[in-house]
Amino acid sequence: MQQKKLKLSGVLFIIVIIIYVGNVLGILFTVILDSFSKGWYKGPLPPQLTVEWYAYAAHDHNIPQLLIVTFVVAIGVTLISLLVAFPAAYALGRNEFKGKALLLSFFLLPLIVPPIAYGIPLAMVFYKFRLATRVIGVILANVVPIIPFMILMLMPFIEQVSGNLESAARMLGAKRFTIFMKVLVPLTLPGILTAGILSIVNTISQFPLTYLVSGAGSQTIVVALYTDAMAAGSRPMQAVDGMAVIYFLITMTCLVVALRFVSPTQMVFKIK
Amino acid sequence: MGSRGRGAIFFFLLPSIAVLLLLFVYPFLYGLYLSFTTAEGAPTFTNYIRFFSDPYEARSILVTLWISVPATLINIGAAIPLAYYMRHGLRGEKIITFFLIVPITLGTVLISEGMLTYMGPVGWLNQFLMFLHIVSAPVRFTHNYLGVLIALIIQGFPLCFLMLLGYVSGINPDLEKASKMLGASQFETFRRVIFPLMVPGIAIAFCLSFVAMFSVFPSAQLLGEPSGPTRVMSIAAYHWAFEAFNFNVGSAISMTMAAIELLIISGVLIWRNRIYKGASIVGKG
Repeated sequence: MQQKKLKLSGVLFIIVIIIYVGNVLGILFTVILDSFSKGWYKGPLPPQLTVEWYAYAAHDHNIPQLLIVTFVVAIGVTLISLLVAFPAAYALGRNEFKGKALLLSFFLLPLIVPPIAYGIPLAMVFYKFRLATRVIGVILANVVPIIPFMILMLMPFIEQVSGNLESAARMLGAKRFTIFMKVLVPLTLPGILTAGILSIVNTISQFPLTYLVSGAGSQTIVVALYTDAMAAGSRPMQAVDGMAVIYFLITMTCLVVALRFVSPTQMVFKIK
Repeated sequence: MGSRGRGAIFFFLLPSIAVLLLLFVYPFLYGLYLSFTTAEGAPTFTNYIRFFSDPYEARSILVTLWISVPATLINIGAAIPLAYYMRHGLRGEKIITFFLIVPITLGTVLISEGMLTYMGPVGWLNQFLMFLHIVSAPVRFTHNYLGVLIALIIQGFPLCFLMLLGYVSGINPDLEKASKMLGASQFETFRRVIFPLMVPGIAIAFCLSFVAMFSVFPSAQLLGEPSGPTRVMSIAAYHWAFEAFNFNVGSAISMTMAAIELLIISGVLIWRNRIYKGASIVGKG
């Protein structure tokens, strides 16, 4: 129809996307290639390949421990946040009451205040109560932005379930808990799954909060990667890239799993 | 619904409110308290005075804004036309969105770390630019302002784009058809119909992207010059709290950071309410 007009904008669109994607791929491929390279100081490709940097990284870090902590934190955060956020999303999605708007803005605050700004006092409080440097502290810190995120994610899913279903179940004599488990949870399962997966993905890559409250034994892999990169002078860049590849593999696996259940536009916030 | 009663609502909301009071509000108030007291607990303004009167420290406010505002504007500016172009879907849309979601998932640390190699003096990017004779000597992309800005664009652009795509694809296509039928040009349709309907989305995307850019920490450390031109507020706050172990000054900087950010965000939301008078023709949003 309007082929002519679309052409210029189409070309521009493709150019921008190609530049963007090209650079992202460039970053990822150099990291991967560099982690397997030996003596790559110039030229487009490394002269020699090796796996010694992975041995170096494995010697340098307790990688199994890093992985276990990362997953324990991600799953712990997700379960706690779901348990806390689901009832709240239910109450907010089903009811109109005075102060609801105010409460919603209260729930938005942790998403709007920069994590470093509240993370620093939070870390101080955790140090005071001896929660810092422990895995439980890392989990509790990460729960803060995930709970509001989940409430906002789950509310539309709960609004979609007709209230009549609950009334019917109640009339048939079901108790409140039974209604909850047998009616509400199954019907909102897609929402629970979406929120849960996104929470795992977000927690694995969550940096500032974990960085501020974690210690030697409670580091997640992203924090280990950052400390490695910061101290790049004391270890070869290739070994840092090796850690980056390990981290990359974990996050990409999670992403591919996540994309089976959610669409990319769901992975960013949507707030009215 | 109505039969549920106030008690039940409160009971359902209690856990989340309690957790946030304990882990968000309390630490924040504690930080506020620390920022107005000395190490011994006596009330004072010295922490703020110390921060604002030392040019090296106070400059971090400007540095932060000088990085976060351009990055946010570039991201939003690029995302609006691209999201608009993709509003009715495209071939290859899935692949494009996949590649956009990858940097978000990977996070700033990996992107910054990777940029050190990729954009370094002998990295692929410089090799490529020199091969095309666009530049004659390697460009310095890392360990300076430019590196941090690029990192923030790579990181923040997909966020803005996907958020705006969500809004623009929710605008009823009939509105566009109606506007064209009434004789408006494509540009006029965009300016008078689509753009105003995108404003709420733009405002939210701006705010959330600004939040992310404003608290830039890993990329400013890894890719910038954390002791000088990219010493942002988060680095200053971290330095005082966990390297100098002066929690009071550290808190004062954290609080200043939160205050500046909330100020800018409220400004944007006021702008949004002025332009967007709440016609909710948008299906989803």
